[in-house]
Parts: sequence; C-alpha cells; structure tokens
Amino acid sequence: MIKLTGDNIFKAIIAIIAASAAIILLLNTYVLVTGSANIFATSGFEFISGKNWDPGISSFGVLPYILGTLLTSGIALLVGVPLSLGIAIFIVEMAPKTVRVPFSYLVEMLAAVPSVIYGLWGLFVLRFWVLNYIEKPLNTYLGWIPIFSGTPTGLDILTAGLILAIMIIPTVASVSREVISAVPNSIREGAYGIGATKWEVIRHWVINYGRSGIFGAIILGLGRAIGETMAVTMVIGNATGPKAMPTSLFQPGQTLPSLIANGFFDSDTPLQSSAYIGAGLVLLLISLLINVAAHVMVTRVLKVKGGAVE
Amino acid sequence: MKTTYIIAIAVIAIIIGSVAAYAYLSAPAAETISITASGATFPEPFLIETIKEYSDIKSNVQINYQGGGSGKGVTDLTNKVVDFACSDAPLSSSQRAAAPDVLHIPETIGAITVAYNIPGIETGLKLTGPIIADIFLGKITMWDDSAITTINPDLNLPHKEITVIHRSDGSGTTNWFTKYLSSVSDTWKTSVGANSTVQWPVGIGQSGNSGVAETVTSTEYAVGYIELAYTLAHNVPVAAIKNPAGNYIIPTLDATTAAAKALPSPLPSGSDSWEDIAILNTSGTDAYPIVTPTYMLVYKDLGVIPGMTIEKATAIVQYIWYVVHNGQQLGAELQYAALPSNLVQINEATLNSITFNGETVPTH
Repeated sequence: MIKLTGDNIFKAIIAIIAASAAIILLLNTYVLVTGSANIFATSGFEFISGKNWDPGISSFGVLPYILGTLLTSGIALLVGVPLSLGIAIFIVEMAPKTVRVPFSYLVEMLAAVPSVIYGLWGLFVLRFWVLNYIEKPLNTYLGWIPIFSGTPTGLDILTAGLILAIMIIPTVASVSREVISAVPNSIREGAYGIGATKWEVIRHWVINYGRSGIFGAIILGLGRAIGETMAVTMVIGNATGPKAMPTSLFQPGQTLPSLIANGFFDSDTPLQSSAYIGAGLVLLLISLLINVAAHVMVTRVLKVKGGAVE
Repeated sequence: MKTTYIIAIAVIAIIIGSVAAYAYLSAPAAETISITASGATFPEPFLIETIKEYSDIKSNVQINYQGGGSGKGVTDLTNKVVDFACSDAPLSSSQRAAAPDVLHIPETIGAITVAYNIPGIETGLKLTGPIIADIFLGKITMWDDSAITTINPDLNLPHKEITVIHRSDGSGTTNWFTKYLSSVSDTWKTSVGANSTVQWPVGIGQSGNSGVAETVTSTEYAVGYIELAYTLAHNVPVAAIKNPAGNYIIPTLDATTAAAKALPSPLPSGSDSWEDIAILNTSGTDAYPIVTPTYMLVYKDLGVIPGMTIEKATAIVQYIWYVVHNGQQLGAELQYAALPSNLVQINEATLNSITFNGETVPTH
C-alpha cells in the first residue's frame, strides 16, 4: 500500500497530466478512425488514390489534396528555411548586442500574429506582389515550362506556399537560434585558431555541430505548414476534384486542412461527412509519418555521420 | 495556526462574494432572451437589418445570426445547436429525414447576379444563360469570344482570359445558380449538375458571397455569381441576362419582384417539401431569370431544442412573424423583393402551427 504522502499525490497528479497528452492523441485517432470507417469501407484504396470529390455521385478521393499539402509545405520549406537560418545566424553570430535582443523578440512576435491576419494580408497584399513581380514575369518568359504555365491570378499554390514560408519563419528561426547559441564557443575559437573565415566557421563548424537541432527546427516548421488552415484557405483558390491535381504552381489548388475547413459543415450525406473525417485521418497520418521519419533521421543518420561534431 | 484561520476566512469570503456577485449579475440577465441562428449568407444583409430594427421594438430580445452558409445552417439545425436556421436551398428528402418536422418559411426573395471585372467596362455587358454556362464550363475562355462579342457589339471586349470565381463552401446560392445553369445547358446538367457544392470545371473558390464579391472586385478579367445585395455593397458591375421573353434584364429590385409574381400555384404548406419551388426563367417580359426564395427553417415543436422555454419560443415565432410582415419593407433598400401576399398567408398558417411541447405559441 502506497502511503498518501504529499509527494506521492504530487507524483500521481503529474503522471495524470503527462498521460493526458497521450490520451488526447489516442482519442483523436479513435474518433478519426471510427468516423472514417464508412468511407474506407465504401471506397477502400480509391479514397487515397481517387481524384473526385463529388457528393452528387458519392465519389470521394483525397489524392489531389495530399499532393497540394505536400507541395505547399515543400515550397514553404524551400523558401522559409534559408531565411530562418539566415535570421538565426545573424542574431547569434553577427548582430551587435544592442540589436540582438529586440530583433529576437521581433522574430518571435511574428509567431504571435494570428493566422487569419496572415490570410487577410495574403489576400490583399502578398497576392498582388506575387502576381505582378513573380508570376506574371515567369509566366511570360518561362510559360513553356509546365510548372509556370496557365493564367496567373495570385490565388494559387505558389502564393499559399509563400505565405506558409513566412508563417514558419518564427518557429524555425527561434529554435535554430537556440541551437546555434548552444554551440560551445571553444568550437568557434578552435576554428578561428586554424585560420577559418567567419563563413567557414559558420558553414563547417557551427551548422554542422547543430545540424540535428536545426533539422528538428525544420520539422517543427513543416508541422506548422502542413496543418495550417485559415491562411491557406484564403489564398489557395480552393479547387476541388480533378481540377485540384497540381500541374502548375500558378493554378488554384487545395490542401487537406483547407478541404475540411471549406466543406465539413456542409456535408449532405453521412458518407460525405465520413470522407471529410477520412481526410483528417490522412492528414494526421502524414504528420505522424513525418515526425517518426524525422526522429529516425535525428537519432540514426545525423548522429552516425561524423564530421566536425565528434 | 493563525495563517490557517486567515486562509479559511479568506476562502469563505471569496465563495460568498462570488455567489453574491453571480446572483447580482445574473438577475437582470434573466429577462434578456437570446436567440441563436446560423445559415445562408444570401439573406444575411436583410436579416441583419431586421434584427437591428426588431431590437428597437423588443429590446429584451437578442438575436445572433452567425451566417456560415446554408449547409452549416442545415447541419446546425439538425444537430439542434441553433434555435432556427436559414437556407437558400429547401431541404432535400434526405435532409428532411434527418431533421423531421422542420417547417419552411420563405422570408425574402433575392436575385443571383453575374458580376464581372473588366477594366474599362463599368456597365452594359450582356450575357445569355448558355454563354454563362460555357464560361463556367471552361468552354468560353476569352472575353472576346465571338459568342460574347456578337451580343455586345457596342463594347470593346479585350482579348484576355476569363477568371471564374465560385464558392468554396456549401452554398444555397451555388445550389440555385447551378440549377439555373442546368436549366439552360444540357452539358452542364450532365457533366456538373446542380448541388450546394459541385466539382467546378474551372476557377477559383472563395468562401461566402462576400468572399466571391471581394475576389471579383480585386481580380482583373474575373467573373463570379453573387447575391444582388452584395454587388451593391461591393459596387461591382453586373451583367444583364437574357430572359425567356428575349429581353436582356439588369438585376434590380423591380426585375426581381416581376419574377417573384410568377411563383407557381398552388404553393406547398410550411410542413411540405419545397424542393420543386423555383423562380428561374419565369415568363414575365421584365422578369430577371435567376431569382430565388430563401427560407427560414424552424422546428414545428420548438420544445425539441435543448434549453428552449416558452418565452424564448414566443420570441422566435414573433420575430419571424415580424420578418414576414413589417420587416419586408426593409428589404427594398437592399434589393430584396417583398414576399407576395399568397406566400405571406402561407407563412401565417405555418407560424400559427408552431408549438412548444404541444402548447401553441402566440404569434403576435
């Protein structure tokens, strides 16, 4: 019999609080699995590989939205990660002390901006910058390349990817900043001691030493990009069905979260509701897969490969 | 030990204080009746106007209309999380099965416009049903397509690609617009069909009438379908559309009213299905071809909604009574046509049939 001492009660409470994280994930998964059982029983693998989203003929498939989600998140990483790393390196390695702290706060405040505000800004401002300075020139001169073809409108996959890039900057930048500042000074001193330039020190020693942490930061950013709903819905153009299959960056698309946000409340039939919940399950699985893959990457690949770390 | 006493006294004081504060704050609130509704954005400007005016008449009744689209309204009403809902599309047979004993109360009549944004052309564009269908099918892709230029000889239409804007959420406006397109184009009927959400062959989806209006205004060479009141609010040009009499009609209050006169008779009662009631392509010479009634949906016995009281039920019924009577005049300024007298009579019978746990509810 365990005594009811203050310490034991405290332990029990903390254990329950910790367990709630796992319980919430399990409950979520349970609801998604039972809710989507109907659509998987009806359509089977067609639900993953199909392109229709037509309540009229009860045919639902999420392939275009899986691709849309991966594509917009990919653009976000491609653009957002170099910017975030630049910010982190600037703050830790280059900025004078007077700039460092206010600048760090400023970057973190980007994370405090609600996503609907990013969406509005994307719809009224960023959209036209992207349209006039990126899409129209690319379309005019390189329109023969499939990914730049079509009629640019600014409400498309590229704009959605770029707004996501901006939204992941605070996450990736502040975690990377922590990682880079945790790199021991002895490493830098040693590197300078053998005559390395600032660029070489950062490139070969600092980044290399912190790479698993930086990789973790990127995965956090990717998580944010995959799940973002509001801002994406406002600028992505919300195509559904076969038209949503991405062929060009300048065409309206759709991600899994925006699909659910647009239509879930308007389901006419139980099968359609089930299809939206199924889309949610696919989204959860993608997120989990990426997290597991990232974990494996950090613990196995990045550590084993030596270099300046050891 | 002293601190223990102090803490105990403080705790008791806080408890007594909060109970007193709660009793004090909640006492006057008990008189206020708060009603929640959601659904169609099509009649939202009109409803907001009636809610504002009604709060002057009955200051203790607070009505909160949340919009969200017809689809959301129907779902919320089926789940009984709102007191009443609005939908442009009448309930389908499967929706009626899911929410039995829901009454239809047509509350106003509006027009769906085809709005456009062609720099340099602020007015005067004419379109026909089949041309609109071909644009939304992606068959007509340029503004200077010969089909459009032939009927618009006075306009200098540019050689620019048309950007189609449609709704991304489930929408009664979409339901009626696609019904209209199905009525004028067999290709549309077979390849896309009519529903509150469809697989659009081309275009950009935005949420709500406002979202479409905003996107048409901000996108050059765009075209989209919007409820008439929203085109006024966003000051966006609209096309004149050819009606069955062969005239090109600009959507206005008069053209909407002219169409509303042609409602089929006999009309169903509030408890019947309204699925087949349409005011599309009516025969009047001045009638606009895309006109639709929009409905309030209410449970026949309000007692089924959790937390309902007889006072609240009375407030709901009396507000709706106001909307279908004196409230009608508020629609004109927003370009919603007033209900014809035969519809008002049907609504009176419907409202008189509403009960609360079997008890009749006074309508006025």
